[in-house]
Amino acid sequence: MGITQIIFWFLSALALLSAIMVITSKNPVHSVLWLIVVFFAISGHYILLNAQFLAIVNLIVYAGAIMVLFLFVIMLMNLNAETEPQKNIWMKFAGAISGGSILLILISVVRSSPELRDKVAQVKGGDIGLIKNLGIALFTDYAVPFEISSVLFLSAMVGAVVIGKKE
Amino acid sequence: MPIEYYITFASTLFCIGVVGVLTRRNAIIIFMCVELMLNAVNLLLVAFSKAHAVSVNGAQQISSSGAIDGQIFVFFIMVVAAAEVSVGLAIIVMMYRNVHSVDINFLNRLKN
Repeated sequence: MGITQIIFWFLSALALLSAIMVITSKNPVHSVLWLIVVFFAISGHYILLNAQFLAIVNLIVYAGAIMVLFLFVIMLMNLNAETEPQKNIWMKFAGAISGGSILLILISVVRSSPELRDKVAQVKGGDIGLIKNLGIALFTDYAVPFEISSVLFLSAMVGAVVIGKKE
Repeated sequence: MPIEYYITFASTLFCIGVVGVLTRRNAIIIFMCVELMLNAVNLLLVAFSKAHAVSVNGAQQISSSGAIDGQIFVFFIMVVAAAEVSVGLAIIVMMYRNVHSVDINFLNRLKN
């Protein structure tokens, strides 16, 4: 069991435990902080797969911008003191049963598919995740979607300002 | 690493997000669980991209192998997620201003 396997299992366990803490925390601020831990673990997975550009973008965009936005909204609305009223235990039970059924179906499909039997994801090697190759692909083959996404950002910004404006 | 490990890990993360969406009532936490599901799919796309890069060619033919498309898709998913979060949080703030709550059981006024 090499160092790669140890890092893989450690990051997986960290991400799963933090994800469970996200959905079980009472305080929304604690949920945000646990979700940041999940994003750091997923960035560690990206680095392990040698997708360096996506690892840094994941940290900057998710842990840096989106989570700060969530934290800002929670603290702006002063929700951290308010506790969620306790609801029916059977609804939680039914939700857990539904999620477990989806997980069971997905796992059984993966286990019964012969195409995935001997596929291996290349860890700590390969150069398709480097900034140079992704940049070349992004500005030659995917130049039009890249520009369209800037229009999407502009419309999202205008939409957020119009929705949030006090009339 | 075998690709089944990545599929199992990402499926588990996705299902934790599904359970969170189904069981919580705070709209912001439901939104965060949606982000969790998006990240599980992103990780699986990157893992499939690396598996495809191994299986198609041992030689370094980057642009023609199609393995780089998975990582480009992850980049665009992040772009769309950022736009979605900004608009969605603006909607939640507007709802909180009207209803003074983010509990989704109080937000069913469109129903009748």
